[in-house]
Amino acid sequence: MTAAPLLAVDHLTMRFGGLVAIGDLSFQARHKEITAIIGPNGAGKTTVFNCLTGFYRPSSGMLSLTHRTGERFLLERLDGHLIARTAKVARTFQNIRLFSNMTVLENLIVAQHTALMKASLFTLGGLFNLPSYRHAERRALDLARHWLDKVNLTAKADEAASALPYGDQRRLEIARAMCTQPEILCLDEPAAGLNPKESADLNQLLLAIKAEEGIGILLIEHDMSVVMGISDHVVVLDYGRKIAEGPPAFVRADAAVIRAYLGQDDDAKEDAC
Amino acid sequence: MARLPFLVKDAGLAALVALGLAFPMAGFRLPDGASGTDLSFRFDLVAAAAAVVFLGRLFLGLSRPFFISTGQKLAAKSTGLSKRIHWGGYVLAGIAFVLPMLPFADRNLIDKATLILIYVMLGWGLNIVVGLAGLLDLGYVAFYAVGAYSYALLSLHFGLSFWICLPLSGLFAALFGILLGFPVLRLRGDYLAIVTLGFGEIIRIILLNWQNFTGGPNGISSIQRPGFFGLPFTADPPEGVASFSDFFGLDYSTFHRVVFLYYLILALALLTNFFTVRIRKLPLGRAWEALREDEIACKALGINPTMVKLSAFALGAMFAGFAGSFFATRQGFISPDSFSFIESALILAIAVLGGKGSQVGVALAAILLIGIPEWFRELAQYRMLAFGCAMVLIMVWRPEGLMSKREPTVSLKDGPP
Repeated sequence: MTAAPLLAVDHLTMRFGGLVAIGDLSFQARHKEITAIIGPNGAGKTTVFNCLTGFYRPSSGMLSLTHRTGERFLLERLDGHLIARTAKVARTFQNIRLFSNMTVLENLIVAQHTALMKASLFTLGGLFNLPSYRHAERRALDLARHWLDKVNLTAKADEAASALPYGDQRRLEIARAMCTQPEILCLDEPAAGLNPKESADLNQLLLAIKAEEGIGILLIEHDMSVVMGISDHVVVLDYGRKIAEGPPAFVRADAAVIRAYLGQDDDAKEDAC
Repeated sequence: MARLPFLVKDAGLAALVALGLAFPMAGFRLPDGASGTDLSFRFDLVAAAAAVVFLGRLFLGLSRPFFISTGQKLAAKSTGLSKRIHWGGYVLAGIAFVLPMLPFADRNLIDKATLILIYVMLGWGLNIVVGLAGLLDLGYVAFYAVGAYSYALLSLHFGLSFWICLPLSGLFAALFGILLGFPVLRLRGDYLAIVTLGFGEIIRIILLNWQNFTGGPNGISSIQRPGFFGLPFTADPPEGVASFSDFFGLDYSTFHRVVFLYYLILALALLTNFFTVRIRKLPLGRAWEALREDEIACKALGINPTMVKLSAFALGAMFAGFAGSFFATRQGFISPDSFSFIESALILAIAVLGGKGSQVGVALAAILLIGIPEWFRELAQYRMLAFGCAMVLIMVWRPEGLMSKREPTVSLKDGPP
């Protein structure tokens, strides 16, 4: 493959004082692929996300994102909100962050802030309800409706987001991220707290996004049925370092991965050394 | 009733506290006697205080189920309610519009209504900052002061008319809003409240101490009054200028100006209202509400929190600036005394009692909070007692404000097709 990958993480290091949360991590993620980052608790998975989406500034390393148009962005140099706005990186959160007092539909409209803000001429045109703004608002509603259908929330569109059951909130957060029309969707434990049926539905949703939108998905997940079932490429972290990488079946058989997950008693460790 | 013993016990406890407080404060008297000061006792008063507290507490406890059930009923009928609130708003606006034409409308009534409308406007302006963007601002009166002094100084030094100064005052106040916004961008909640409180006081103290510029504690007097499109409201207009009464062939009356000022502030307040109602349905307004809900999620969606916060501060301040310049032209005299912290607290109380984000609720709260102390002037020193009681009752009855129902800004059913 000669085309630049969607996301190239090169020698990413994140230090908090003396603590190395991520050490010299390199991996790639491609369009139309689901890349999963797994690892035991505290392995640094969410830290990788926070670096990618601008909530942390990496201590060193390069994060380059290439759109399908060929446009290239260096994420470590962009401000937090610009990563979402110009580089088109969308994310969800481990502990769901919806606008809870706003309705489901409003959540999806807020996600299209950048486009609508331009169409409203930074509010001036919107105040006078110019036709161009009305047109943009209609398009925004169409996009929102599209994603409401995808995540099965059309019937609940006018309810407050906080009134939704947990599984619906998870799906709404994904729909909201997709309404920003991203190039890469970063999901932080989307299956956490879902029952097996909801988890299976989520798999279908993610596969559909991959197939229909042609974007890349980056996934942090503990639920192995999700990871092994749908991901194309798996990166395994332990103590901030990459210990294995490859297709799901390959990673599952890797000795270092099994050791990281199941642990190893001290005698065995000495033997190994 | 099963809860009665508990309620009696609770009331007894409150009465005990009242007894403890009243005993040293009201129990003793030191009247002048033959040999210096005598000591006399007033235990009847102490007992009365304890009894009042006991009965009051018992009444509150017994009536609470009633309050809660009406609250639940109101919430259950929320769709019908929101429609009725909508109509209530139009009715209120209609009453405000015809008020000066009613037979019982005298100067006194219109003056009070004008005062209420100033606070309605301030409440609506602060609602942008507190209700929509969720930024707790305890120094809002500073922008009101900036607007008032902008008009007073511009008209005094440059002879500019009210209609030119009005937008300028709004602009200056908005600039001060941005000025305040920058240092507090990282702050939220209590911390933000403290800094804005400080900002409000800084502005007042500057106004108080910058003698040469603001006139210090003496304030600025004989501020130009507004005319009706160039026609002054005076009995003896200067040479070559027709006064309002001459032009329309009316007998001169001071009532004309009062009514004119009333309609002016009504128009300004309605402008604030229309602006807020409209901007809630625009991306900027939605971003304000989203920022109130979750700043981190906003950032992840590409919304720049800095711009959103600054715009909320600036636009909220702008309306305070408009109201300030109206205040200056109505009073004809301003001094730093008019812009003390208690004003900020009052405006915040209006915004909170009204129900954060509800336009009709804020208008009702302003009528109650400004109207009650004005109409109960006969009660003299018990005036503030009535005021306090009203506030407590509102908070017991509707803990989330008079109108706490949030209207969605867009819906699948009746949004644009």
